[in-house]
Amino acid sequence: MLPLPWPFDRQYMQLALAAGVMVGACAPLVGTFLVQKRLSLMGDGIGHVAFAGVAAGLLTGLSPLWTALVVAVLGAMGIEWLRLRRQASGDLALAVFFYSGIAGGVVLTGLAGSLNAGVLTYLFGSILTVSPTDAAWIAGLGIAVVTVVALLWRPLLSVILDEDAARVAGLPVEGLSLGLAALAAVTVVAAMRIVGVLLIAALMVLPVGTAQRIATSFRATLVWSAVVGVSSVVTGLVVARVAGLAPGATIVLFAAASFVAASGAGLMRSHHRARG
Amino acid sequence: MPDPLASPPDPVASPPALEVDRLSFSYGRNPVLDCVSLRVEAGEFVALAGPNGSGKSTLVRAVLGLTRPSAGDVRLFGEKVDGLTSRWRIGYVPQRPPLLEGVAVTVAEAVASGRVARRGWRRRLRAADHEEVDHALASVALSDLAGAKLAELSGGQQQRAFIARALVNRPDLLVLDEPVAGVDAGSQESFRASLVHMVRDHRTAVLLVSHELGAVADDLDRLLVLRRGRVVFDGPPAELTATGVNLGVHREDLPLWLEGIG
Repeated sequence: MLPLPWPFDRQYMQLALAAGVMVGACAPLVGTFLVQKRLSLMGDGIGHVAFAGVAAGLLTGLSPLWTALVVAVLGAMGIEWLRLRRQASGDLALAVFFYSGIAGGVVLTGLAGSLNAGVLTYLFGSILTVSPTDAAWIAGLGIAVVTVVALLWRPLLSVILDEDAARVAGLPVEGLSLGLAALAAVTVVAAMRIVGVLLIAALMVLPVGTAQRIATSFRATLVWSAVVGVSSVVTGLVVARVAGLAPGATIVLFAAASFVAASGAGLMRSHHRARG
Repeated sequence: MPDPLASPPDPVASPPALEVDRLSFSYGRNPVLDCVSLRVEAGEFVALAGPNGSGKSTLVRAVLGLTRPSAGDVRLFGEKVDGLTSRWRIGYVPQRPPLLEGVAVTVAEAVASGRVARRGWRRRLRAADHEEVDHALASVALSDLAGAKLAELSGGQQQRAFIARALVNRPDLLVLDEPVAGVDAGSQESFRASLVHMVRDHRTAVLLVSHELGAVADDLDRLLVLRRGRVVFDGPPAELTATGVNLGVHREDLPLWLEGIG
């Protein structure tokens, strides 16, 4: 345990801080691309699909974490595949997988019978129960996400700006889109068991909305989204400890508040400009 | 590994930049393109005109390899479009700028996103690439707005940014799909100047699909007119203007002329 000042003087708070900072930085990095692609609810949708994966694992006796990961990655890539083949718009493709995921999960848990209770522990983690092993997993994942985004943000931006032009230029549009979807799925599934699906899905979107209103370039949007994500985590953890609130939800509310504040400031600025 | 920035082969010995050979395409049972053949040589400035529904957009998509034709062949620089190795040699300016609302992307970032294709998507851009970005922005007179958000520019300025993105790899073939629709006169003039510069000074082949050819009518080497999926005219624009067709007010005039030639 590190000798950190209050409120991070306890080990569970230090582990929550470590896992939270990693998730707070890397969820918005992946989320920036999803938001620009109008797939803001992808994180939430992956959580729904993972439910079917967990149930399948419990039913077959395989490790539910791995089955959830496989099903979620396939689901996220399926959403992209439908969209790329122009078989469905982004939001319709998401809906198809959301509802099939939930329904499939319900049917499979029904078949698994007495194992119902086990499903919940795989779907709803809490940031205050992070173990040292969990924190190490999250750290590994975070480093992987940051590295991928740092190396590939330009080609991913090309694809988001104009898929046809990127295809003409010879970029592997399908590969990059499916790769991004898979990265999102891995991030959500690995983190939701540890910090909860609400926290991970919300941190993929809300800090990005704030960053879009502050940043003056795409690169700055990436940096700001991570800064807002990490700040929301730290503030939320402190306030939750002081006031005795649910930490995951408090973090999400702070991320939402930053979005409202940035939008308000933006409105005032454009109002000012219109009058000036 | 070959240098991705190696010079293209000697233009004098090169095959045509674009060769379309008896291309046909149909949506279900509706024929859209019927045995279309055309060539654009290096350093040639060719426009493609025709009324709505004549198959222009489908032809452009097939030329770029975005749509697979029912029959026929598209070759770019002598290679089949599907197997083309140096795809960065094509510069493409799409018809409509994509949705940009809320996206904080600067003009320079958008242009640099085109450079990724030439450098190779797994590699980082270097100082030389950023110099090319600056050069492309200067060629469309957007240097002052390099750091501005793309979403906050006027329609004409956005279109110039997309032209800069197409020019940033110094392409050997430039394909522009209705690039000046709804663009102000000042932007049209700078657009014309940058195209003429590419054709005359860099021997770039240009295929310009447009309703409004007034701005470039005097610079064109050849005009192709497409009607109901067939090429009904292929020659210097002077041949067409001699018959009284005014390319500047194309929208009203050309369809009338087309009715006459059946």
